[in-house]
Amino acid sequence: MKNVTAQSERGKNPRLRAIFKHSTPYLYLAPTLILMIVLLAVPIFMVIKYSFYDNVIINKNPVLVGLENYKTILSDVRFHKAVKNTLYFVGVSVVGHLIIGMSFSLLLNNRVFGPKTKGIFRVIYALPWMFTGAVIAILWQMMLNPNGVINYLLSVTGISSTKIAWLSDRSYALGAVTFMNIWAGYPFFMVSILAGLQGISEDLYEAASIDGANVFQQFFHVTIPQLKPILISLLTLDFVWTIFQFDLIWITTGGGPVYATETLSTYIYKQGFSRFQYSLASATAGLVLLACTIIAIFYARQQKEGV
Amino acid sequence: MNRRVKWYTKPLLFIALVLGALFSGFPILWMFLNSFKPNSEIFAWPPTWISANASWAPYQSVFQDPEKVRFFLNSYLVSTIVVVVTLVISILAAYAFSRFNFRGKTFINTLIIAIQAVPPITLLIPYMALVVAMKMYNTYAALVLTYLLFTLPYAILMMTGYMNTLPRDLDEAVMIDGGSRFRALWGVLVPTAIPGIVAVGMFTFMRAWNEYLFALTLTRTNDMRTVPVGISLLMGQHAYQWNQMLAMSVIGSLPVLLLFLFFQKYFIAGMTAGSVKA
Repeated sequence: MKNVTAQSERGKNPRLRAIFKHSTPYLYLAPTLILMIVLLAVPIFMVIKYSFYDNVIINKNPVLVGLENYKTILSDVRFHKAVKNTLYFVGVSVVGHLIIGMSFSLLLNNRVFGPKTKGIFRVIYALPWMFTGAVIAILWQMMLNPNGVINYLLSVTGISSTKIAWLSDRSYALGAVTFMNIWAGYPFFMVSILAGLQGISEDLYEAASIDGANVFQQFFHVTIPQLKPILISLLTLDFVWTIFQFDLIWITTGGGPVYATETLSTYIYKQGFSRFQYSLASATAGLVLLACTIIAIFYARQQKEGV
Repeated sequence: MNRRVKWYTKPLLFIALVLGALFSGFPILWMFLNSFKPNSEIFAWPPTWISANASWAPYQSVFQDPEKVRFFLNSYLVSTIVVVVTLVISILAAYAFSRFNFRGKTFINTLIIAIQAVPPITLLIPYMALVVAMKMYNTYAALVLTYLLFTLPYAILMMTGYMNTLPRDLDEAVMIDGGSRFRALWGVLVPTAIPGIVAVGMFTFMRAWNEYLFALTLTRTNDMRTVPVGISLLMGQHAYQWNQMLAMSVIGSLPVLLLFLFFQKYFIAGMTAGSVKA
């Protein structure tokens, strides 16, 4: 009924009708736009505002302190440690994801086995992706326990006979959580690269092999350039997502032992929700948002080119 | 295909495939096997591969504990509501993007792509303040609302991509025949877009089901906790009913696992269309 009256009203006045017509797409977008304001614009404004005040939320009348919080953060030794750890964690994870994802997708893209065999392996390879961070954390905490199956396998194969406490030894913990993250995240690369590989025309390989290119030359001169847009998207997205990997680290080590696995996400979380220093946490979040904005602009631009 | 396959290619390739499968599958198999063992056998040295004392006991104790069952109910409820809300909003938005030209279209679209690069933890503190101010702390509403931040952008992009593949004539014909836009969208376009909607719905479910950070921070009491938070709390609480934690992990992973197995094709097609354009 409502629709009918709206239509007849629109029919009466051509100007009103034009306004209706122009506003239609915005009406369909209205819920999205409202949510973007509530969930994005307002919170970003708030977090930036918080970062310029002394202890907000807890203090009823917070005082404007300018860049004081940023100074505190930037001179905090733990922040430096967190940045260093995050860079290691992100760098190694992204490279690991790429190498394993690429290898597995090349293995699956073979012409030797039938679709059924390949299908089974594809499902097995994609499995780690199906588990939530909490489950992966428990799973690897069990495997990497000093009495766990990893140490057992290492001693049986004669690689190492000591029972290493992977997650509670300062010299191994960061490597161990990074390994867990690589295991958990490569399927995203594998599935995307596999889809990309299947889109590469067979003719390109034919032409390359006629020109006398061997398998490796074909890989670097045909496969890689053809996959380039996918790879750039994957690397950018993975970079941002890995900076904020929280669950795995928080559940397995909580940033410890002695800050050995402290990353930006555990650092912000502890500042906010263990120490209740919301302003300092907001300042850290502000710095990180700045970095992510730069990446986001790069990503959005690259995506639009791809369209 | 004129490239010949050498005799050793097949066995070598098979060995490589199996090694890869061990890398990804063994930890999961180990979790599954251990979830049936008595607690004392989980760190046995040497490990018992298949325990003589395997039983359903760890699973039974999970199902008999109302607190743990509640985690599952909470997760199902929150994820389902998030899926429904995300689908409705993203269908509307995708319709606008795929069927109209309007001022600010490119800008809004770019913004939606860019949101995917905003780390949720940077917004956690203002969310906490907002949720408390709106009296939504420790409620399902808080989780549903905040989950939309990361389910919507992906859903809108995937859905727009899907709707773009459907011919315009389809819904325009309805309007030429005098039907309303409402009927063109919900009566014709949406039913045709079911495969895309299923893919988007599954993704959304998976992301909502797996979410940890907001669920941990924006709820307080155990009767509001979701599965991932529940599992992680078990670790702290009764340190180390390993078999029960593992049983709970297996049960908690089943919904997403089953979705993946049944809708594998949608899953892969959907994710490739949504985030990564070939």
